[in-house]
Amino acid sequence: MWSFPRTREASKPEPVLARAIPVGVAVGAYGLSYGVLAVAAGMSPLLATLSSLIVLAGGSQFAFVGVLAAGGNPLMGAASGLLLNLRLLPFGLSIARHLPPAPLPRRAVDGYLVVDESVALALSDPDDGVVRRFRVTGVTVVIAWIGATAIGAYGGQFLGDLRTWGLDAAFPAGFLALVAPWLRTRSGRVAAAVGVFLAVVLTPITPPGVPILAAGLGAVIALRVRTENP
Amino acid sequence: MIVVALIVLGVGTYACKAFGPLLAAGRELPPTAQRLTDLLPAALLAALVATQTLATETSLTLDARVVGVAAAAVAVWLRAPFAIVVLVGAGVTALTRALGWG
Repeated sequence: MWSFPRTREASKPEPVLARAIPVGVAVGAYGLSYGVLAVAAGMSPLLATLSSLIVLAGGSQFAFVGVLAAGGNPLMGAASGLLLNLRLLPFGLSIARHLPPAPLPRRAVDGYLVVDESVALALSDPDDGVVRRFRVTGVTVVIAWIGATAIGAYGGQFLGDLRTWGLDAAFPAGFLALVAPWLRTRSGRVAAAVGVFLAVVLTPITPPGVPILAAGLGAVIALRVRTENP
Repeated sequence: MIVVALIVLGVGTYACKAFGPLLAAGRELPPTAQRLTDLLPAALLAALVATQTLATETSLTLDARVVGVAAAAVAVWLRAPFAIVVLVGAGVTALTRALGWG
C-alpha cells in the first residue's frame, strides 16, 4: 500500500482507494459474467464492450441481455432496463447537493459517474470527502466494469458451454444480492413479492420482457404500505 | 435493432443519472415520486431473480439454477460480499449439473 499526503483529511485516515478497490473487484467479477453472457445472447464482443461504456449501469444491462437471451424484442429489454435505472435519478439529485459549482463538461462527467456504488460510498459519510469518494469510486467502477466486460466478451468463447460453469445462474444470484437491502423493509418486501408473482404468472403467457415491465406494478402497490413499520 | 435499443437504454440512463448534476443541484423529487423510484428496483430485481431462475424462454422449468440460487440466498442471508454470492450461485449450479441434474 501507499499513503497520500494528507492535509484536510488528516482526521480521517482511511484512504479512499482502500474502500474503492474492493468495490472495483466485485464490479469486475460481475462485469466478466456480463461480457460472457452478452456475447452468448447474440451481441458481438465489440458491441458488448461498447454497451458497458454507453450504459454503465450493470443491473439494467443484465436485464437487457436477459430479454435478448430469451428471444425477446430488444426494445422491451431497453424498457425494463430504463425502469430499473429510474432509481439513478434521485441518486443523481442527492449527490448533486454536494458537488461544487463547476463548468458544464465537468458536471456532465459527474453525471456519467452516478452509479449505485459511487453514490453509496460517497454518502456513507455526508460530512467529509463526499466529492472525492464519489469521483474516485466512480472512476474505479468505470475502469472495472468496462475492462471486465471486454475480457469476458472476447475471452468467453474459450469457456465452452456456459451452463457447464453455471453462468446462467450468475445473473439471478447477483440480482438476489442486489435486492437484499430492500427485503429488510416492509414496503420493499411487498414490492418484491408482488413483482415475483406478476413475473412468474405472466412468463408463460406474454412475450419476454413483458413480465419484468409488469412487475414494476409491485412498486406502485407497495406505495400503499406505510413506511413506519419495517 | 440491438444497437438502437442499446442507444435508447444508454441515452435514457444518462438522462436519469446526469439530471441532478447538470440541471438540478439542490432540488429533490416530490415524496411520492421519490418512494416510487426507491421501490421500483425491489419489484424489478425480485422479478428478475424469479424469471432468470425459473424461466426457459417462455416456459417455467425447475433445473439446477434453482439449487444454485437457493445456495446464493443462503450466502446473502449470511451477508457474504457480492462477488461471493455470484460465485456461490454459479458454482453450486455447475456442481449440481456435474452431478447429473438439470
